[in-house]
Amino acid sequence: MTITQILFWALSALTVFSALMVVVSKNPVHSVLWLIFTFFCISGHYILLNAQFLFIVNIIVYAGAIMVLFLFVIMLMNLNESSEPKKNRWLRMAGVVAGGCLLLVFVAALKNIDIKKQIAETNTDDIGLIQNLGQALFNEYVIPFEISSILFLSAMVGTVVIGKKD
Amino acid sequence: MPINYYIFLSIALFVIGIIGVLTRRNAIIIFMCIELMLNAVNLMLVAFSKMHHLANVAKDASAGIDGQLFVFFIMVVAAAEVSVGLAIIVMMYRNIHSVDVNFLNRLKHEYEDHFTSYCITSLRRISY
Repeated sequence: MTITQILFWALSALTVFSALMVVVSKNPVHSVLWLIFTFFCISGHYILLNAQFLFIVNIIVYAGAIMVLFLFVIMLMNLNESSEPKKNRWLRMAGVVAGGCLLLVFVAALKNIDIKKQIAETNTDDIGLIQNLGQALFNEYVIPFEISSILFLSAMVGTVVIGKKD
Repeated sequence: MPINYYIFLSIALFVIGIIGVLTRRNAIIIFMCIELMLNAVNLMLVAFSKMHHLANVAKDASAGIDGQLFVFFIMVVAAAEVSVGLAIIVMMYRNIHSVDVNFLNRLKHEYEDHFTSYCITSLRRISY
């Protein structure tokens, strides 16, 4: 086993475990912290795939901005374990069974696909570097980039309108 | 790494997100599980972009760069979505003092309570 493989398996196990803890935790604050940990693990996967720009964006945007927003909202609402709404047991079990069925369908559908021998290369190549991505972003994808700025503006206006007290 | 490892890892993350949406009643946790599903798809896109790059690097040196840019745009959309969604959850908490999604089924009844009539009057006000 090379060091890349060891890192891949360790990161995968950590990712799945922390994702499970997000769902299982009773306290919403613990859920948020586990989700931040999951995002860090996924960022580790990006590093393994040599997608360095996405690694840093994932940490800044997801772990840094979005999750802090979640933490703020939970803090403002003062949510904790005692205020956590409980679903009844049978409904929860039905949810888990439905999710398991979906997992079964996905695995059965993708078990024997013919791209099995394809390799997602790790540690090599430079398409994930900020120079190449930036050149593609500001040449071919400049219109979607500008449109996404309009999307942000409208999201900001929408947030203010919804959050306004009247 | 072989691509099918990444496929199964993403499937596992996606299904965990779905199970979270189905089993929890806290609106914020449901929202977080949606973020988890988005991240599973992002991981899949990055792995496929590297695979595509390796397969087509002889023809085109920048093959596979589109996948990573798609991930970037997904992150942009997710950030906008989170801000609006959390604003909606905060408004809901201000009106019904709970984040339990089961309290949100009242639109199927007559609107006799405060929250629903608030929603309907604000919708009317926006549409004028």
